[in-house]
Amino acid sequence: MRAFAELLDRLSLTASRNAKLTLVRDYLRETPDPDRGWALAALTGGLAFRAAKPAFIRRAVEARMDPVLFAWSYDYVGDLAETVSLVWPAPPGANREPGLAEVVEALRGAGRGEVQHLIEGWLDALPPDGRWALLKLVTGGLRVGVSARLAKQAAAEHGGVTVEALEEVWHGQAPPYGDLFAWLDGDADRPTPDAAGRFRPAMLAQPLDDEADRSRLDPADYAAEWKWDGVRVQAVSEGGVRRLYSRTGDDLSAAFPDLIEALEFDGALDGELLVLRDGRVAPFGDLQQRLNRKSVDARLLAAFPAAIRAYDLLAEDGEDLRALPFAERRRRLEAFVGRLTGGRIDLSPLLAFDGWPALAALRAAPPPGDPQAAEGLMLKRWDSVYEAGRPKGPWFKWKRDPSVVDAVLMYAQRGHGRRSSYYSDYTFGVWREDAPGERSLTPVGKAYFGFTDEELKQLDKFVRDHTVERFGPVRAVRADRDFGLVLEVAFEGLQRSTRHKSGLAMRFPRISRIRWDKPARDADTLTTLERMLATMEGGRGG
Amino acid sequence: MRAPAGPPKLARVIKPESLLRPRPDGLYCPPGDFYIDPVRPVARAVITHGHADHARAGHGVAVATPPTLAIMAARYGDDFAGRAQPLAYGETLSRDGVEVTLVPAGHVLGSAQAVVRWKGLAIVVSGDYKRRRDPTCAPFEPVACDVFVSEATFGLPVFRHPPDQDEIARLLKSVAQFPERSHLVGAYALGKAQRVIALLREAGYDRPIHVHGALERLNGLYRAHGIDLGPLVPAMAGGKADFAGAVILAPPSALADRWSRRFPDPVDAFASGWMRIRARARQRGVELPLIISDHADWDELTATVQEIAPGELWITHGREEALERWAALNGVPARALRLVGYDDEED
Repeated sequence: MRAFAELLDRLSLTASRNAKLTLVRDYLRETPDPDRGWALAALTGGLAFRAAKPAFIRRAVEARMDPVLFAWSYDYVGDLAETVSLVWPAPPGANREPGLAEVVEALRGAGRGEVQHLIEGWLDALPPDGRWALLKLVTGGLRVGVSARLAKQAAAEHGGVTVEALEEVWHGQAPPYGDLFAWLDGDADRPTPDAAGRFRPAMLAQPLDDEADRSRLDPADYAAEWKWDGVRVQAVSEGGVRRLYSRTGDDLSAAFPDLIEALEFDGALDGELLVLRDGRVAPFGDLQQRLNRKSVDARLLAAFPAAIRAYDLLAEDGEDLRALPFAERRRRLEAFVGRLTGGRIDLSPLLAFDGWPALAALRAAPPPGDPQAAEGLMLKRWDSVYEAGRPKGPWFKWKRDPSVVDAVLMYAQRGHGRRSSYYSDYTFGVWREDAPGERSLTPVGKAYFGFTDEELKQLDKFVRDHTVERFGPVRAVRADRDFGLVLEVAFEGLQRSTRHKSGLAMRFPRISRIRWDKPARDADTLTTLERMLATMEGGRGG
Repeated sequence: MRAPAGPPKLARVIKPESLLRPRPDGLYCPPGDFYIDPVRPVARAVITHGHADHARAGHGVAVATPPTLAIMAARYGDDFAGRAQPLAYGETLSRDGVEVTLVPAGHVLGSAQAVVRWKGLAIVVSGDYKRRRDPTCAPFEPVACDVFVSEATFGLPVFRHPPDQDEIARLLKSVAQFPERSHLVGAYALGKAQRVIALLREAGYDRPIHVHGALERLNGLYRAHGIDLGPLVPAMAGGKADFAGAVILAPPSALADRWSRRFPDPVDAFASGWMRIRARARQRGVELPLIISDHADWDELTATVQEIAPGELWITHGREEALERWAALNGVPARALRLVGYDDEED
């Protein structure tokens, strides 16, 4: 448990992705089976056992110490698991510390009445960090900033294999992943990827932004289609196993029973997850209502009907199609989707075009309807096989130009790691009319990239020179009608948001230009953003 | 434990408040006419240790251990007091029938508890103290007394400092795990910095340790008192590549400072008892918290009170109410003095 606790502890305070990879990889390298397997299951969300309720843990600690001292402690720390881990009075002569595998295996086999007793015994035996890790584990959700994908990437690095090679066998493996680690350690062959309902590592596209890049390509070699603005998924139905996966192989099935029911086929589809109403794409915010849920109720299912717009066919009736050229797969896909009924799965149409200028015109001014809400275009070589990862050449994404707005820098926060001495995370705002003639800045987003190292130094200096208030690692900078720094912010889209005071949220905002020259009072207004949002929503149904 | 001078816990006709009482300037002794750790300049002061909030410049007479006086001279200049009067551990100074003895407190080099005796009454003022071993200073000695005046910087049951060796091992593991990065360790200039260096040496780390200029004077002073710190180099020379894999010690404020930009992708570490609380580490942007404290943690505080078993417990700076509550639950008469002016964020 100690090594696992130390791993969680460090991960929870580490911001850099590379550092997280190193921490997880080294843990998997140094920790014996089956502990490391259970840890990998915990990090990838693959552990299932009866969770303990926070209320029980609170009662247990209050039975062991003065409730007033506990209340003051909780008040000071602010986090229940952390407080309990620190204040728990260890009885003298406690038992030996349990290992991670011992804890997980006992919990998986425990009945309803036994869990509390087990946990109390372990809390007695563990040191504070171990208690903290235990409580995070048993109350569900480690929340240490590690995605399942990152954990798999680390496991792949440990074994010196690609993450795609690991992903393809992943869904045939079960915790604590003995066969998987035997392969990664070099002691056994790769486990067979032939599990029914498994995930196929996704093929991704390179960006195609440069006119020079385009001019080197022959348009006749490429098919074009819209890049739909939803979530890229893979829908698999094989031998009675039905799964919906994200493009990184996370299992989304539980949140989409309506789609799972619609997988009346034998095969594996690649497509875009969308909310469709009467065949029209609904705003991205509608799809968000359905994401990140463990379960859904009938009301949500009816209000936000999920659908898949199909891009590709990876397997059909037990036949692996990935080595076929795109043209052939596309032909099979059209026939395959044509046979489906129920309306939950439709086909992403190909676009007819006779050269780059025609395609550029489509991208700049999509026809009325769903295409107006597309993120841009996809180009796929007719002869391209379906290849895991992001190979250079066969597929390109050609996104629409981002929207830009001029905003005023309001707050800056210190970065992490190599940026820890810089104020590198910027919150910016636009003008809002509070009353006729009365304008104030309202925050509309936060960005921490898009600028060069030299620009970062200039921004940092600006923040330090014009700080008006400090809150921990955050500084407020002077920003008013007469003085302020204008940032040109580029973003991919706008959504309505109840969490933001401005009522909207930006997607992928970044600093595209620093407008040292522009007076703060001439920055954009909230009305401008609201108008942009209305235009974006206008392209969609719902 | 040292025996008290008079019969312990005699049926007191003298109230302890006649011997020591809180005043705005600090803890004052009326019969001896002196203060202990006054926060403003006074005529006569007994100084428990060299941290700035306890040891201020400008007193008429400053009584302290020789290392504490040396620390004050290094920080404030040789004229830091009208007269500096050394009082070694175990020696006693008398004034108008009041006897003062300094006894090791285990906090930093030269740190002392002030034992004040008068007409058979004994009061021990802990200053700041800790109970665990520290290679850079003499260990705390418990003294039986009628009143124990304890600090309470970490007077909350959440503060449980782990073994120092475990924290140093975490630092060294991280250094091995990230050889391309530097490790920038924030540590207070007096005591913590030298203790971290000494602990690294005990753990077998024998490479040169890079130190910020603000630490150099006190490092030299510790060395002059016989504390071996191994090879130290100023953290200024060289390019970024020279600091890959290096351990660099600096005052905590330097971590967020532009000074730190000379190092390659540093892992920010901070050696402090406050690092026990994750939100504190997060708030400061600390990636590697090292829970190393020069103050007693909750278990040390309560165990010390139980060991000394004073007639009364007085609690000075820190989280007074929780220790007061604990004392009430454990049948120890206690009161919080609520002295102001001590910076309980320092550790």
